[in-house]
Amino acid sequence: MAVFKQAKFFWSSIVVSLVLFAVVQFMITGGMLNLFYVNTLVFIAINIILAVSLHLIIGITGQFSIGHAGFLAVGAYASGIITMKLELPFISALVVGGLVAALAGFIIGFPSLRLKGDYLAIATLGFGEIVRILFLNMDYVGGASGMQVNHLTTWPWVFVCMLVAILVIVNFTNSTHGRACISIREDETAADAMGINTTYYKVMAFVIGAFFAGVAGGLYAHNFYIIQPSNFGFLKSFDILIFVVLGGLGSLSGSVIAAILLTVISTFLQDYPETRMIIYSLVLIVVMLYRPQGLMGTKEITSVFSRSQKVKGGKKDGKGQTVA
Amino acid sequence: MELIQQLVNGISLGSIYALIALGYTMVYGIVKLINFAHGDVFMVGSFVGFYSITVLHLPFIVSLILSMAVCAVFGVLIERIAYKPLRNATRIAALITAIGVSLLIEYGFIYVRGAQPEAYPGDVLPEHAVHIFGAKINSQSLLILGVSVALMIILQFIVHKTKIGKAMRAVSFDAEAARLMGINVDRTISATFAIGSALAGAAGVVFGVYYIKIEPLMGVIPGLKAFVAAVLGGIGIIPGAMVGGLLLGVIESLVSAFGYSLWRDGAAFIVLILILIFLPSGLFGKYKREKV
Repeated sequence: MAVFKQAKFFWSSIVVSLVLFAVVQFMITGGMLNLFYVNTLVFIAINIILAVSLHLIIGITGQFSIGHAGFLAVGAYASGIITMKLELPFISALVVGGLVAALAGFIIGFPSLRLKGDYLAIATLGFGEIVRILFLNMDYVGGASGMQVNHLTTWPWVFVCMLVAILVIVNFTNSTHGRACISIREDETAADAMGINTTYYKVMAFVIGAFFAGVAGGLYAHNFYIIQPSNFGFLKSFDILIFVVLGGLGSLSGSVIAAILLTVISTFLQDYPETRMIIYSLVLIVVMLYRPQGLMGTKEITSVFSRSQKVKGGKKDGKGQTVA
Repeated sequence: MELIQQLVNGISLGSIYALIALGYTMVYGIVKLINFAHGDVFMVGSFVGFYSITVLHLPFIVSLILSMAVCAVFGVLIERIAYKPLRNATRIAALITAIGVSLLIEYGFIYVRGAQPEAYPGDVLPEHAVHIFGAKINSQSLLILGVSVALMIILQFIVHKTKIGKAMRAVSFDAEAARLMGINVDRTISATFAIGSALAGAAGVVFGVYYIKIEPLMGVIPGLKAFVAAVLGGIGIIPGAMVGGLLLGVIESLVSAFGYSLWRDGAAFIVLILILIFLPSGLFGKYKREKV
């Protein structure tokens, strides 16, 4: 019965999202949305992909990674090379971007096995910077002046990628693997003692998270006409981190909501970058001081509607705190 | 002889890293927090030094002391307002707050003052060239080294010979036990922030005199590299931060000397990742077995 209920919920949410897609698509083709709004929607969707992919690493597996822009950069450049240098179709660019980023996730995931908490954070930060410097020194992709990329990203592309990312991560969270990852977040030593292969699951979380960040990178690159290493600095990683932290560590819907809200806010504050950063940092400090569990805590938006689901992925004991 | 020249440059740069790294390592040793805002305290120190030299026309040493004093107060303010309420929060919350404070200082500063860079006047210190073994050594780099060594000796004296230093060592060893022994833990933590921030302020002034150009976002990269230096030496260990800073400066200069100057920023992070993988407790740290 519960399985049937869950399946019903799954299909109804798919239908709702498809209706949403159709409405937006109809409005775009009908010319009711101008370019500014379409662009904002595309940005929101890309940021949602980034937020849920980092949510898997930080919120579910509890590995504090602040170098997510590194994966984004790897995906962006790899897909740019596929479309511009090899002149292959866009879909292959997205897939290759994701796969190359996943490889990067595998490479960074391995050393991270020996590190915890603060040290891991700094190591991933270092990784992000190394990636940026790598592209800065690579003449093949244009170095500091950047690489020209065609505008190929459209609303159907980003919507499909976003839907796939959310579905994969939700299902992963609710699977055996997801529960293993949650147990690592809660207590790594205990998880190890219970026979969970912590190494395997930590690397897996990094690989999946990096894959979707790479896909987002492909979409991000083909949404602009040019990509530069300076687009993928520490501040970009920080932007993504803020979605996850503000939404609530361990809440997928929270990070989606935070991604939507903050993208809209930063679009309107585009002309005042300093004000935007001041507001961002103040929000971050105030949230950490007064509501350290974030906007949604570890709850999902679905648990507001259905109270019967007692145990769900991403939920923790009553303390509402994540131990890194 | 080029190599000796580069080594001298590396030691000058490294002593600046070491001064910043000392603040990181002391704060981490006592509250287990990576104080991301430390690089911005360095930036504020540099600007205080700049204004006291150009606007107030103070001599170098007075500006240095003024900047250290302002930074000490600033560091304590940051600790009291942002970090103290988080004393019992999770590590992740504290880390995110530190990132937030860092961004707030940077962009708040830009908002108030503007993002344009400033240049230190060139005549702050007399310039002589000393020739040793065929290498031309600028008197400024000798002075940087002198200031850094003097401050490190003073720091060693404070930590090992004074009452507050004893309290700092006690709190970093075991905060609960120190509290039971009647040590005022909050005051000790504030003192640690004050001393660390003062050192960062001094590093800021020295940086400005040596490298001339300063700007509101100048603290980010030296701050991160100083953290690398602290990790390299073993975080929480004061002599480790000094050695780590000098070593990192020399490594960077050598990378430049061998013609990979675009890679010098990457070198620090590669060192970091290698150290974290092969020697996680640093050069001077002791390996601690994890207990359940």
